Amino acid sequence: MEKWPNNKAWFLVIPVFVIVAFSAFIPLMTVINYSLQDILAPGQSVFVGTEWYKEILSDYRLHEALWRQFLFSGLVLLIEMPLGILIALAMPKRGWGVPASLVTIALPLLIPWNTIGTIWIIFTRPDIGLFGFGMNNLLGIPFDHTASSLDAWITVMLMEVWHWTPLVALLAYAGLRAIPEAYYQAARIDGASAWSTFFYIQLPKMRGVLTIAFLLRFMDSFLIYAEPFVLTGGGPGNSTTFLSIYLVKIALLQFDLGPGAAFSLIYFVIVLSFSFIFYQALLRVGKGETV
Amino acid sequence: MTLTLKWMEWTVPGAIFCSTIFLLVIAMTIWQTVAPSMERRGFLPIATTPGDRLFVGLLGGVYIFLAWVGLTSFTLWILLPIIVCWIIVVMLWG
Repeated sequence: MEKWPNNKAWFLVIPVFVIVAFSAFIPLMTVINYSLQDILAPGQSVFVGTEWYKEILSDYRLHEALWRQFLFSGLVLLIEMPLGILIALAMPKRGWGVPASLVTIALPLLIPWNTIGTIWIIFTRPDIGLFGFGMNNLLGIPFDHTASSLDAWITVMLMEVWHWTPLVALLAYAGLRAIPEAYYQAARIDGASAWSTFFYIQLPKMRGVLTIAFLLRFMDSFLIYAEPFVLTGGGPGNSTTFLSIYLVKIALLQFDLGPGAAFSLIYFVIVLSFSFIFYQALLRVGKGETV
Repeated sequence: MTLTLKWMEWTVPGAIFCSTIFLLVIAMTIWQTVAPSMERRGFLPIATTPGDRLFVGLLGGVYIFLAWVGLTSFTLWILLPIIVCWIIVVMLWG
């Protein structure tokens, strides 16, 4: 790589920088200020140093919410990635089936997130919901997401998988369609089985889109708020209280701005670290190196 | 309407922290404009530009801070030179 003699083009970034400054940097600096003070009322605050960080870091409910969050995001990726690839492989390659299946699969992505929570509340209700009624009365398995933690987890997972697997499937499908027909012809000539075609042609060729799908699904599931909030409100007990739900409880419902600010900064740093790692992985995919 | 910064609840430590990072970014911009640098490979597992290294240094500094505050009760004045050293090490050899 040769040296770039003129870097003046960077000044064209200034308008974006100013907009981002107002939408991100100034609020972020405010949060940093809040995290160092005990705010009793607007304009009435006491400097407390790192006390909130100490309190938040030793808060066992935060630790539980953090592990719950990692468990949730891990399960989401473990289920949605293979399932999305399977759906993409099963989708038709040509004819009227292509638009039909694309639209059908994309439907869950078009529904507002709060509505999805409401849909699943009704769907899993033991008295009137199709799923809840079926489980309780037809199969004889007691199922109530408002009473049992396991049932609440199953419901949230089902909802998440139903809602977001289509995204993985669509991305994987786009990746599959981008593979030139010549690869498959060569595989047929070599007498490759369906498995080897998948492992040596389709999977490596899909690596770019799958990395993007992985990144999007991890970040979205790590920041999930609206759907579990509407569906379970974080309950029963604290069993589905994910990080953002807990954060809103502290910062808005209890109005503890100081601890809430310290918490959101820690949350922000975790998200920032993962974004950086994924960004580096994406850059390497672009360069054709192995991740 | 009067324009006031009251809602941001500024304190001296908060202001020092934010302006230090702001000044670092400006200094890096000027440095890169005057003497553009290459990506290179250090002890970090990826090839990095000086900007990447500053970012990794600051991010690592935050984790050191959190570990310090969460696990120990020593004064922060011992922590400050540790984090400054860490950032310098990452900038030089990262």
